[in-house]
Amino acid sequence: MMFFVQLLFQGLSIGFLYALAALGFVMIFKSSSVLNFAHGQLLAIGAFIFLALASWAHLPIPVAFLLTLVSTFMLGFIIERLFLRPLIGEALIEVIMLTVGLAYMFKGLLLFAFGGNLHNYPDFLPKGLALHVCAVEVPPVYVATFIIGLVFLLIFGLFFKYSSQGIYMRSVADNQTASLSLGVHVRRVFALSWAIAAVVSAISGIILGIINGINVHELSAVGLKVFPVVILGGLESIGGAIIGGIIIGLLETFTGGYISTSLKEVVPYIVLVFILFVKPYGLFGLKEIERV
Amino acid sequence: MRKLRLHPCGKFSERYDEELSIFGTDFGRLWLVVGCLILFAAIPLVCKPYVLYIINLIGIASIAAIGLNILIGFTGQISLGHGAFFGVGAYAAAILATVAGFPFYAAVLCAGLITAVVGMIFGIPSLRLKHLYLTIATLAGQFIIQYLFLHWESLTKGPVGIFVPPAKIFGLSLGGDHSFFYVVFISFVLMTWVAVNLIRTRFGRAFIAIRDNDRAAEGMGIPIFRYKLLSFAISSFYAGFAGALWAYYIGSITPEPFTLSLSVEFVAMIIIGGLGSIPGSVFGAVLITVLNEILSGAAKFFMNLGGMSDLALTIAPLREFIFGLTIVLFIIFEPKGLAEVWRIVRSSFRLWPFSY
Repeated sequence: MMFFVQLLFQGLSIGFLYALAALGFVMIFKSSSVLNFAHGQLLAIGAFIFLALASWAHLPIPVAFLLTLVSTFMLGFIIERLFLRPLIGEALIEVIMLTVGLAYMFKGLLLFAFGGNLHNYPDFLPKGLALHVCAVEVPPVYVATFIIGLVFLLIFGLFFKYSSQGIYMRSVADNQTASLSLGVHVRRVFALSWAIAAVVSAISGIILGIINGINVHELSAVGLKVFPVVILGGLESIGGAIIGGIIIGLLETFTGGYISTSLKEVVPYIVLVFILFVKPYGLFGLKEIERV
Repeated sequence: MRKLRLHPCGKFSERYDEELSIFGTDFGRLWLVVGCLILFAAIPLVCKPYVLYIINLIGIASIAAIGLNILIGFTGQISLGHGAFFGVGAYAAAILATVAGFPFYAAVLCAGLITAVVGMIFGIPSLRLKHLYLTIATLAGQFIIQYLFLHWESLTKGPVGIFVPPAKIFGLSLGGDHSFFYVVFISFVLMTWVAVNLIRTRFGRAFIAIRDNDRAAEGMGIPIFRYKLLSFAISSFYAGFAGALWAYYIGSITPEPFTLSLSVEFVAMIIIGGLGSIPGSVFGAVLITVLNEILSGAAKFFMNLGGMSDLALTIAPLREFIFGLTIVLFIIFEPKGLAEVWRIVRSSFRLWPFSY
């Protein structure tokens, strides 16, 4: 029973992380229909910038955190402007391969700058955050993950629902031409969604870094884990990404705990194929309607 | 003797079969013969073993890239699982050769067929899915096959890998770079010939119709699911065939090379070479293979340059950076690939001194 509860909590928090990671991915897809294969590298970049600022430049944690957010926001803008803008309206394969190329570039640069070793953040979370549930101790990191995750999901939920920029983004996602003719600045929406996605990715990268340590290879691999999550939830749905993340996280942890650790890696993809067969547009995705 | 055909100064096709012809002029035929002569007579004599080794790798990669181009460039079904299919071919050949004792040619052909079946299985999602959903399904296929390579130990021997016996045809050993060159390039010429002609048949035209608009193709009476599966099967056959050759050439296989990066490399080859162009796939295969060799050669060079090994270790990751940069630059500046560059160069020679 204790093992089960432990796994449950671990799975839930990993699921929350996947949800957070998927959020940035969904954001980009929702507004510009770009399948971002460089997502894991975006996570890694955020985590490493925070590492460099917090433990190498010895800035106070809140300052370092804010600076990380600002710099990744800029980075998102730059990526969109330099690489994605020339490709608006191009074929799917070119957009996909462009993000794959970006992934290789970022990974190479990160390895060049920081090496392939495992780094760690200084311990900055207060010990008082630890929780006791059913005699299982939940370490402060996981509690912090829950809290930060909930806060950000709430903020983004509200942002999309009520702020004007959020509404623009949804309108662009729904119909580019129509929103353009109603006066929405579509290019700015694209740029903004990349910037916000980069910020979200940086936050999830930092949280992942707190839990597992920071390593270029591992953080990049998370970017590929996002695919089962978003497909399960539906590519366009933020709520779906959260639920998908939690389901995949639980599934992974329970497979790892009860069946075999090696199967853990591949189970999300088996589920992914299964979902694609049964319900291709996910739990909450929009069914594409095509007119010839 | 029939009249020699030269380049007209515009497009003057009067019949459909003129439009479909492979060679616009008799010069094309001549160059093909000259090219084949140089390929088979001159290159193996002139080249050093290391260069020949790279040329063999290029030949193998070209076969796989041509297969992938049939799927992506002509049928429009994006697959990110081709590295795994290449691996399936390699493993199938190795297992057939070691366990079942198949001779070389039978093992390679059967490996191709087995991979075609596997490819068809992973092509089934194309019944309901298209575009990026299909891409993600093939991505999942890549990971699942990769997992099986590593963990289906009774069949693949897991991380230890399999030693492949040296290739032999009718008692003739094909061990060295030199003799394997002929195996690779005779298959390469055959496979290219098949691919070029396949595109001109009803199958090829059906593929192109599906790529351009699958709903419309269905409306024209093309059974799209059957043709999509066929395209998956053909392209996986090419990948498996190439993988089997590779397994025999390298001599031992482990699950390590057949990762997502190999799939990405194949897609990069056809993107850089030119989608929907058979010569383009070959150009792309040449460029990516040579780039890989140059980059790893440069890393080795710095490594051996006493006192520079630290520098080499820091520079090594830049290989990935340069690979990524090549893809990005090609997509942004020449999305139609090297085939288009080649066409522009050729036509500017032909049209000189007039610009058009």
